[in-house]
Amino acid sequence: MHDATISQLAQKLKNRTISSKELTEYFLTRISRLDPSLNSFITVSQEEALAQAKAADARLASGDVTPLTGIPIAHKDIFCTKGVKTSCGSRILDNFVSPYDATAVAKLKAAGAVMLGKTNMDEFAMGSSNETSFYGPVHNPWDTDRVPGGSSGGSAAAVAARLVSGATGTDTGGSIRQPAALTGITGLKPTYGRISRYGMVAFASSLDQAGTLTRTAEDAALMLQIMAGADERDSTSLPESVPDFSRAQRSIWENITIGVPDNFFDDSLETQNAQLIREALSVFEKLGARIKDIHLEHIRLSVPAYYVVASAEASSNLSRFDGVRFGHRAKHFEDLAEFYMRTRGEGFGSEVKRRILTGTYVLSAGYYDAYYLQAQKVRQLISQDFARAFETVDLIAGPTTPTPAFRIGQKTDDPIQMYLNDIYTIGAPLAGLPALSIPCGFVKNLPVGLQLIGPHLSEEKLLKAGFYYQQETDWHNHVPPGYEA
Amino acid sequence: MDWEVVIGLEVHAQLATNSKIFSGSPTRYGAAPNTQASLVDLGYPGVLPVLNQSVVHMAIKFGLATDCQISRRSVFARKNYFYPDLPKGYQISQYELPIVHSGHLDIRLEDGNLKTIRITRAHLEEDAGKSLHEDFQGLSGIDLNRAGTPLLEIVSEPDMRSAEEAGTYMRSIHKLVRYLGISDGNMQEGSFRCDANVSIRIKGEEKLGTRTELKNLNSFRFVEKAIRVEVERQIDMLEDGGKITQETRLYDSDNNETRPMRSKEEANDYRYFPDPDLLPVIIDDELIESLRAELPELPDARTKRLTLDYNLSDSMSEELTSTPEIADYFEDAAKAAPNVPAKKIGNLIQRELGAALNREGLRIEDSKVPPSMIASLAQKIEDNTVSASAANIVFDELWKVGGSSSIDNIIEKNGLKQISDTNTIEMMVDEVITNNPEQVMQFKNGKEKVIGFLVGQVMKTSKGKANPQNVNQILRDKLKSP
Repeated sequence: MHDATISQLAQKLKNRTISSKELTEYFLTRISRLDPSLNSFITVSQEEALAQAKAADARLASGDVTPLTGIPIAHKDIFCTKGVKTSCGSRILDNFVSPYDATAVAKLKAAGAVMLGKTNMDEFAMGSSNETSFYGPVHNPWDTDRVPGGSSGGSAAAVAARLVSGATGTDTGGSIRQPAALTGITGLKPTYGRISRYGMVAFASSLDQAGTLTRTAEDAALMLQIMAGADERDSTSLPESVPDFSRAQRSIWENITIGVPDNFFDDSLETQNAQLIREALSVFEKLGARIKDIHLEHIRLSVPAYYVVASAEASSNLSRFDGVRFGHRAKHFEDLAEFYMRTRGEGFGSEVKRRILTGTYVLSAGYYDAYYLQAQKVRQLISQDFARAFETVDLIAGPTTPTPAFRIGQKTDDPIQMYLNDIYTIGAPLAGLPALSIPCGFVKNLPVGLQLIGPHLSEEKLLKAGFYYQQETDWHNHVPPGYEA
Repeated sequence: MDWEVVIGLEVHAQLATNSKIFSGSPTRYGAAPNTQASLVDLGYPGVLPVLNQSVVHMAIKFGLATDCQISRRSVFARKNYFYPDLPKGYQISQYELPIVHSGHLDIRLEDGNLKTIRITRAHLEEDAGKSLHEDFQGLSGIDLNRAGTPLLEIVSEPDMRSAEEAGTYMRSIHKLVRYLGISDGNMQEGSFRCDANVSIRIKGEEKLGTRTELKNLNSFRFVEKAIRVEVERQIDMLEDGGKITQETRLYDSDNNETRPMRSKEEANDYRYFPDPDLLPVIIDDELIESLRAELPELPDARTKRLTLDYNLSDSMSEELTSTPEIADYFEDAAKAAPNVPAKKIGNLIQRELGAALNREGLRIEDSKVPPSMIASLAQKIEDNTVSASAANIVFDELWKVGGSSSIDNIIEKNGLKQISDTNTIEMMVDEVITNNPEQVMQFKNGKEKVIGFLVGQVMKTSKGKANPQNVNQILRDKLKSP
């Protein structure tokens, strides 16, 4: 049962061969049995889940259903969930229970999805390995000595280990696609603004985008269908209407041109990973796609530009965590300055502090032009590179990460090495573009991901490419050893 | 030494919207603490600001009224600093690209001349909350009702040369925003306040002196007093060989002195950057033109028109247009009594009504006597039904009953009807002549002035009801006849 996809489970629920209550209880038991070695959940909301399952069963009986009705899912702990703790992986929000639901959460709730709990993540989504969480690292189900990637590492590990059918995540510089690749699942980062940011604890507002972690591209389409759409509470959400993604991805294959940037096959990409990507491209060729070499002139500048812009926005976004209205508050202080210093000093972990310091620095008088403004210019150039490329290609393909999952602790002392893990994923969010990571093979029993990047609002194309690829391959059906039963 | 004073003002006008600039919370003043603060105002995790479009319209109206350039694209920026009543740790304001800029306002100086004060810019921003340091025994209370209240910050060039000019400019801006209907201008409630940048230089010098910033001046009087005392302080300092420190100072009205608040050297670096949660504000010609068409008659135009249309003195039309509500009241009354010289209506409003409003601390829009009644009363004076002095009594009665009784009733009930009947007056005049032979003799001997006394006696006899013009005429006729 745990190995079924959302689309398969939806069929069973609809046929009443299984109830949401049975499904929910089954997955809750599986979580309590298997998650202790993974640490993918921060909160398991058993009571709420069972209540939601009961309501879902009533809806299923009445026939008022969506493909998500009764399906157990989990939310990254960055999404505000009414009545259930939202920690964002941080001590500073360890006691925070949101009085409202994020728009994405409310939409999934309204569709009848059952929330099993909140998944572990890098603190404030700052990290590429899930090691910066206040709640401890998440372990990769393919090798528990290794990281699952980050920042949506809990969601990725939970879906990969079949603890839940699908999960939400957020991607700022690769936080959905990188963990999806390292855990062998499908991760979709939609176009910036496609899903409302309202109720997502902000990291870098101009980059943050909610998305999905699922087993298949087919399931990604089902979840996106419900989460997407304009939201009057988020001025940056896109007004464009939401197409029928499932229908679009099943439409007849048209021969597309896939651009492959030479820059994505650089020295940092491990040979065996490169080989798997080439093989994946040949699958598309067999489907009838044309492969074209392209060059993205400024993509090499994406990591430094990203760390300037994202840190600048983060330094401001995280100012509200001051202990005045919610969250952790220092017990002992003499004056206001000490109140702030202790509250924030105790509440934030070291990676978050590093980014706040970086961001504060690049926005400071005298440095703003040299760093922040310069980074924004680079961002423009990167966007232009993509726009030019999409004049001649339909999608861009390449690796999601340079290497398979690395060992826990391997890069924690070297932030630059850690940041370089996002070298291929950072371009898309800087340009606001949608991107998908799908499993495309294994290196030494560790999964590897293929990344597809599309033009603005091209989720239909991306999901269709993913769907057709997954009809031809079965990498997405591999179950980590120890999680088959 | 001959010093020149240089002043620029930053006026903060609270915009008269129903809801806050970035949330749907009401902006009503005086609610119980934290009852008008939504999750957005509280800066909760995950919430986002959404711009209230009406503030854009208000800012454009202000820009149009002051000949400003309207920015086709303006940008909200974050001003970052920590303070407990600033929930997000940043204030959303506008920095590099304000919504309107490069305009001017002409103010009328005491000598009657106009002076142009250039307006650098006006930008939209949100207000912070309030910290309450009393009542909490070593702690501070935070009230976030005010957080997110929309403000228009109007920045002038350093074009003012005296405290009086600064006061006049602030009054003119106040009058303008009231006329535009974009701010209630209520200074007691903090809806209208300003900061003054003050410096001095030797007359003829081009270079500006080091300035100090006087914060949070919330009355016209305080602006002038604070600037005066600050200028004195700066002159004393420089003449004693000292130097002015660039700093923010607070005006202490109890001791009439300014005191340093914090010095700019250790001031915050606000790390402004464009707010990624908000889209740039894009304004097209269509919107500008539709708002231009909505602009009301502005203060100066209305003053001029009143002078011409109603044949008023400059000073009376100036006073009657001091607020749009007074001007509306006057025009309503004047239109209801077209045969009465408008000046008389103006007099009733300024004297009788003005005194009553003052006495009870009311605004004209809360007047218990409506314009139509003032018009009727003026009509009664005009057609000699009542004397001007009796009109006084009628007005007080009207005020007491809240305009619910008719003027005729009041005149009737109090026997205030003016006596113009010649026979009745002649009888009274005869009586006064008989009783005052001495004064009669003086008049006949050429002491014309004594007529006043005799008229007074007749008025007294009539208990104030006789028509004074008739009395005067009849008295003269009788005294001159042999």
